[in-house]
Amino acid sequence: MLPVCPVIIPLLTAALLAALAKAISQRVSQWIALTATLATLIVNSLLLRASAAQPIVYWFGNWRPRHGVALGISFTIEPIGAGLAALASLLTLAALVFSSEYFDTAGNHFHALLMSFLAAMCGFCLTGDLFNMFVFFELMSAAAFALCAYKTDDPGSLQGALNFAVTNTIAAYFVLTGIALLYARTGALNMAQMGRALAEGPVDSLVLTAFGFLICGYLVKAAVVPFHFWLADAHAVAPTPVCILFSGVMVQMGLFALARIWWAVFANTMHPHLAGMSRLFVAVGAITAFAGAVMCYLQRNIKRLLAFSTISHAGLMAIGIGLFTPEGLAGSALYVLGHGLVKAGLFLVAGILLHRFESVNENDLGDKGRRERWTAVVWMAGAAGLAGPPFSGLAAGDGLMDAAAHGTALAWVRWIAMFAAVVTSAAALRAGGRIFFGWGSRGDRGSAPKHEEKPETQRGHQRTPASMFLPSAVLVSAGLLLGLIPALRSAAITAAGNFENTNGYAARVLEGEPLAAPRAPARIPPRTSTGLFTAIGALALAGAHLFSPRLRELSNIGARPAALLHRIHSGHPGDYVAFLTFGIACFGLICVYCFR
Amino acid sequence: MNHLPYAVAAWLFLAGLWGVITSRNLIHLVICIGVIQSSSYVLLLAIGYRVGRVAPVFVDIPANTQAVDPIVQALMLTDIVVEVTVIAILLGLAVQIHKGHGTLNPDRLSKVSG
Amino acid sequence: MTRGFRRIFFLVSAAALAVSFFLAYSQLEPAGRVHSEYGDMVNALTVPELHITDAVSAVNFNVRGFDTLGEEFILFASVVGVLLLMRRQNEEPAGDHEDRIDGRIVPPVSDAVRVMAMLLVAPTFLFGIYIVTHGQVSPGGGFQGGVILATALLLLYLCAEYNQFRRAVPQRLVEVGEALGAAAYILIGAACAGAGGLFLQNFLPLGKSGSITSGGIVALIDLGVGLEVCGGVALAVLAYLEELVEEKEQ
Repeated sequence: MLPVCPVIIPLLTAALLAALAKAISQRVSQWIALTATLATLIVNSLLLRASAAQPIVYWFGNWRPRHGVALGISFTIEPIGAGLAALASLLTLAALVFSSEYFDTAGNHFHALLMSFLAAMCGFCLTGDLFNMFVFFELMSAAAFALCAYKTDDPGSLQGALNFAVTNTIAAYFVLTGIALLYARTGALNMAQMGRALAEGPVDSLVLTAFGFLICGYLVKAAVVPFHFWLADAHAVAPTPVCILFSGVMVQMGLFALARIWWAVFANTMHPHLAGMSRLFVAVGAITAFAGAVMCYLQRNIKRLLAFSTISHAGLMAIGIGLFTPEGLAGSALYVLGHGLVKAGLFLVAGILLHRFESVNENDLGDKGRRERWTAVVWMAGAAGLAGPPFSGLAAGDGLMDAAAHGTALAWVRWIAMFAAVVTSAAALRAGGRIFFGWGSRGDRGSAPKHEEKPETQRGHQRTPASMFLPSAVLVSAGLLLGLIPALRSAAITAAGNFENTNGYAARVLEGEPLAAPRAPARIPPRTSTGLFTAIGALALAGAHLFSPRLRELSNIGARPAALLHRIHSGHPGDYVAFLTFGIACFGLICVYCFR
Repeated sequence: MNHLPYAVAAWLFLAGLWGVITSRNLIHLVICIGVIQSSSYVLLLAIGYRVGRVAPVFVDIPANTQAVDPIVQALMLTDIVVEVTVIAILLGLAVQIHKGHGTLNPDRLSKVSG
Repeated sequence: MTRGFRRIFFLVSAAALAVSFFLAYSQLEPAGRVHSEYGDMVNALTVPELHITDAVSAVNFNVRGFDTLGEEFILFASVVGVLLLMRRQNEEPAGDHEDRIDGRIVPPVSDAVRVMAMLLVAPTFLFGIYIVTHGQVSPGGGFQGGVILATALLLLYLCAEYNQFRRAVPQRLVEVGEALGAAAYILIGAACAGAGGLFLQNFLPLGKSGSITSGGIVALIDLGVGLEVCGGVALAVLAYLEELVEEKEQ
């Protein structure tokens, strides 16, 4: 029963916590949640190890396929999905430890919702059935909407949650329409069976439109441009423990869905169009990475800054997936791991700032953080980590993606990746320099939205408690040192190779045949030069911004386009849905007209 | 005429999207999302229907009678539960927004932007 | 974006989207002629193998039972979310409620409504239990029956004062009932695994098809889901009513 445990342990805990809501104190409820999360983390790690050789296939109710028709729902557990589920459990653990100081008015409903969220994320990564994936997507969304609106006395918080809820619900219905169309064509809901059935038929506008709807719906969750507007709003208003889950794993779930659906369902069918599809995904990722980095640099609210940097890095992960090689996918997976750890640590520092000084606005905070020496170390290390310095998780991922793109027509992605790394890291370094060291002049041009943060915690504003500092330090260190693990890269490439083996996957799921061992990955030497270059570039850009008046004059030239960019992110749900429709319409038309 | 249900589904989807974008009241916006959800029901049921067959309930008919597709109906049941829950949360948000901002007009909400 | 620009922007995108819809849907077989082997196979096996005469319940609670577990917890999480959203904060902000018309008189509950509601509570309750327990026999099941049971509770509200309603339907009891129903699904599945099978693999005797005890674990799952849905909907309604009463008392 082990494969089911990552889902049922948190769900049972959620039910238990809701039943005992008023009877136990918040402390006890937190301990119960911590135990359950730790158990889930252990189970996910066990599954990760057990599935490294062969994917584990678990049929619920023992409904095995008959005559090639999958009757029941299957969990198909393989290392990349199990790894993502383990990351989700780890970040939930950090969130629970961090939230020890939180307000008490929510009773224990906060913990119950967090457990449901964790269960949904685990189920999403482990399932092999398309509709089951949709069900867990909706569970994730329902819990996320409520968690985002946790601070109900803050009007901005509710508006951010509303934008989040409206956009993601409409995306979910695009996904459902896509599933319905594919069911009509193939008569299947299991991804492996669907892949086989589609490969036998033509690639007509039905298949392409369904593909477009499915992918775009999940890309809304992954916050790629032009579906990204909700992410910045949601991050700016959600409580900090929830933010780390959003940035660390929830966005990456959308990208995981993209990879899983492509390789299990569409890869064989769209084989003639592989190069074109690759170009499409890489283009979308590149636009996202660029736009996200630019918007990130323009922000003065630290949480929005980090949110836009997540969008930018999500673009890079999408590029890695879109290269359609094992090295690219492995690179993306390692990037997700490294980025998740570092970004979570950075958000936790932002939470510490909110706890101590009741603001996360760079202009308002001035240099109040000057006496927070250790927090400053964690922040600057994490900010430098966003640039992918040598030995970090991001550098490992970056190196693999570079190797995958090297020598192909898409080698220019290297420059986009470096631009995104340098600019996002420089933005965080600049903010840190101002807040923790008092460098640079006060109140420079960048805009600050009118939203004022309400304090999240109740007591002890004079010191930073260990329950807040330790998780951030541990996460940032782990993210920065991830690249030192020796077998990580080759294990990732092997796992990615199995992931991309569409026929092997279908045979394993539907007939139980073991996967053939993939060819041994070529030895890819770690490239420390790129990481050093981007890290130094980020430091240079941040330093120039803080210390050089000439550069500030130059940046005034960009004031008009910057104001336009800020106005586009208007906070109005109608605008966001208009962009969503535009994006899906474009994607759909490109698919239908270029790939028929 | 046999593609009419699909056309209805497409029209509902687009009409719901129009409603969401031009809405001036949050409750109206939530109902328009309900319209979008209805489009998925019409599509699913149209896909599941079989001409000349009966409902998949074998209590009073022999067990091997040809019936319409039950999978799609089960998917729709899940779909309805999802709709109800999402609308419940959205309406809760609308109520709290009215308490905090004093208005239900999305054009007048201005606390989060940039 | 200005309103006019947004509309035009959307209309252009919607036109393109309509083209996609048209191209896609015209490739579908006409409504009524789509072929699906999956559905036909389930229809063929539902009575011989499962002794369940309602194929939709068979799919929902047995063949694709894990989906329904997720769906039940979506309802559970949303109800917890609504409770979280509607909770009373220590300091209510002074909002200018300019959308409310002052001096609006709330009409009193009419006697006709009270009498009808009182008469309908018991039949609705019985009907709800009938639908829940006969889910595997005829159209129905835990979700449908649970909502009808919650309607019975709402009818109680209609025929009494709010305070009396809260005394008759204490929130603690409803919360515990809902959580119990939710946990029951998982515990039944785990019991199946414990009895030597896989999660949610039926191990109880199947009974005679067409009777209330047919279907093995499906009958038990129906009860659990019915309890959970009833509790969930009632909790959500209680949360909204609480908000309403708050406003009236201000």
